[in-house]
Amino acid sequence: MGFSKEQFLARLQELQIEFSQYEHPVVMTVEDQAKHVGNSEGGLSKNLFLKDKKNRFYIVSALADTKVDLKVLSQRLGLGKGGLRMAPEEALGEVLQVPLGSVTPFALVNDSARNVSLLLDQGLKGQERCLFHPLSNDMTISLNVCELDKFLRSIGRDSSYVDLEANPPVGKDNPPDLAALVPSDSIVLPDLPEKAASLQAPPKAHVVSNKKSTEITAKATEPSRKVKNVKDKPVNSVQPSSSFKDVGQFVEEILDKTSALLLSEITEETINQHGQQLGVVVSNCIRERLASELKTDTTLYMQTAYTEGFHVARKMFQSTDTGNQFRCL
Amino acid sequence: MDRKAAEIGALANENETQQEQEQVVNPWEVSAKDGGKIDYDKLIDKFGCQRLDPSLVDRVERLTSRRAHVFLRRGVFFAHRDFNDILDAFERGEKFYLYTGRGPSSEALHLGHLIPFMFTQYLQEVFKVPLVIQLTDDEKFLWKNLTVEECRRLARENAKDIIACGFDIRRTFIFSDFDYVGGAFYRNMVEISKRVTCNQVVGIFGFIGEDHIGKYSFPPVQAAPSFPSSFPHLFSGKDNLRCLIPCAIDQDPYFRMTRDVAPRIGYHKPALIESLFFPALQGETGKMSASDPNSAIYVTDSEKDIKNKINKYAFSGGQDSIEKHRQLGANLEVDIPIKYLSFFLEDDTELEHTKKEYGAGRMLTGEVKQRLIEVLTKLVERHRRARAAVTDEMVDAFMAVRPLPNMFN
Repeated sequence: MGFSKEQFLARLQELQIEFSQYEHPVVMTVEDQAKHVGNSEGGLSKNLFLKDKKNRFYIVSALADTKVDLKVLSQRLGLGKGGLRMAPEEALGEVLQVPLGSVTPFALVNDSARNVSLLLDQGLKGQERCLFHPLSNDMTISLNVCELDKFLRSIGRDSSYVDLEANPPVGKDNPPDLAALVPSDSIVLPDLPEKAASLQAPPKAHVVSNKKSTEITAKATEPSRKVKNVKDKPVNSVQPSSSFKDVGQFVEEILDKTSALLLSEITEETINQHGQQLGVVVSNCIRERLASELKTDTTLYMQTAYTEGFHVARKMFQSTDTGNQFRCL
Repeated sequence: MDRKAAEIGALANENETQQEQEQVVNPWEVSAKDGGKIDYDKLIDKFGCQRLDPSLVDRVERLTSRRAHVFLRRGVFFAHRDFNDILDAFERGEKFYLYTGRGPSSEALHLGHLIPFMFTQYLQEVFKVPLVIQLTDDEKFLWKNLTVEECRRLARENAKDIIACGFDIRRTFIFSDFDYVGGAFYRNMVEISKRVTCNQVVGIFGFIGEDHIGKYSFPPVQAAPSFPSSFPHLFSGKDNLRCLIPCAIDQDPYFRMTRDVAPRIGYHKPALIESLFFPALQGETGKMSASDPNSAIYVTDSEKDIKNKINKYAFSGGQDSIEKHRQLGANLEVDIPIKYLSFFLEDDTELEHTKKEYGAGRMLTGEVKQRLIEVLTKLVERHRRARAAVTDEMVDAFMAVRPLPNMFN
């Protein structure tokens, strides 16, 4: 869905932006990049993809030698101490739509990155040319910062150059000087549907929209389980599920989980293995695997319902002024 | 040794000054002798409580018609006082209530903190009894460098994690000391404090002359919930109701004191069921510490964090090299992943198999750690999901001074 390197380069040409390009093997670090393009004219850049506690994202694009102190930056942005950290890998794909090791200000060309704030190192302006990845880390392009500004304008973005090494005091009388660069909107990474995340099997019947779907292979139903590799699940910003208030949604989720597990347990292999007994086997499996989770969910549902009832009753008492029947004095 | 005698002896021991500084176990400090392991047998001896033997576990299974909780099967809850009496009474149709608590000193809860709550939730479910949960925000204020506001805030935050353990809101009352102490609760506190001397608390808790009087006057606060009359909105007219307290064994001193006082004010002694300490990742030298993030797995840890912590910091009983390991096998006594699995891996057969293979050197540390990571990740995920569904309104409801009709049904 995001721009490919080729599409992006074509766009640069359309805008008549002057740049040089260098192809090289995939590089994951600035040091490696320097090995291949360090000789060409231009200041090598390092690009950090950051996230704050409220799910707002930032790209910091600086000269490789510029010292970037995340703690200071966090304060200058008004996020307090330690409010900034490196964004998780998943966000790279979801928000910037570039591969690992390819963070670049040009990623803002993608609509998914419209709420990402860009902080550019003042030092970039002092260079004849600067080196960045064009959405992919198997190539580097060099261009003058004016051309970078031109590009950013073309996608409706401002260029905000910041003295990244400055460390102004931030306090009651000194408001954070970079506060204006904090995005107004947070970006919540799509939740992996609960049905898929909690099962020990790939839900074949469902189209899992998240590209980084888990690939947990089904465990054999033998007493001695073999240890399988579990790929990292995306780190979700967990939101309270509204299904604990909505009967229909709640039931749907239960049926989704059950159905997914059922479908995953009925394969050619298991049919051959268990034959007529498959029904019993799958039934036991469902019971075993889902009991604990369904209990948790149902408890939450019950707690939510009780809480609502409680608050209704409390309101009733407060308005009718019926005295303190239930205090313990 | 006669049970009663053992208990009286333990109380008497405390009145003597401690000459040998062996292992230290009290509510504020836990450390083993010479940085070794905690000797639980010695502890049971010294404290004068009883070992929870397998026959009791069987009895629980029979009475509740349910498989015993994994913590009971594996001896995590390993000691008790008068748990038999509770079961006897239960068999006769007499109910009891549960009492447990937390000192809300930090926002970060780790797995060790969850253990008594997970077990209490099981007890509530299988025995179908009410539960009171005390948040000792006053204690933390008295012992730590925190403001009253911070302590009250932490209490509410911790309440959310506690609620996420799945307690039945229809039979659970959560309260913070700063909000609840007063009335009948306070009357019990004063009754208790009149029966405990300064010398006794010095002996039990190690207070010194320079300690502020807040510390001296705190123990009755933790003792009072053991008596049903402290909760008139719940147990009015039920002065005969017994109390069972699931806790970690370092809390035993409070309740030794309480049990000593109980008959003198006309109540049943509270019964206790006590757990081991959950070992730190780095090994069995004491309990997990909230101040060292790498000593524990926190409920806020991501899958990556868990993987990293287990792989990097979990103390392994495996050998240095694969050849040596295949030859000698792993030292299960000190291996942390195996210990953690014995707490959290439900499947008895799988655990036995793993211990056998690992102990014989046929399974490698990496595999054991991998399985542990799976188990812990699932646990933490479940907790996080439940936690996310807990709203401030829900906390209000749990903490409201309200009747709990049908709390015994």
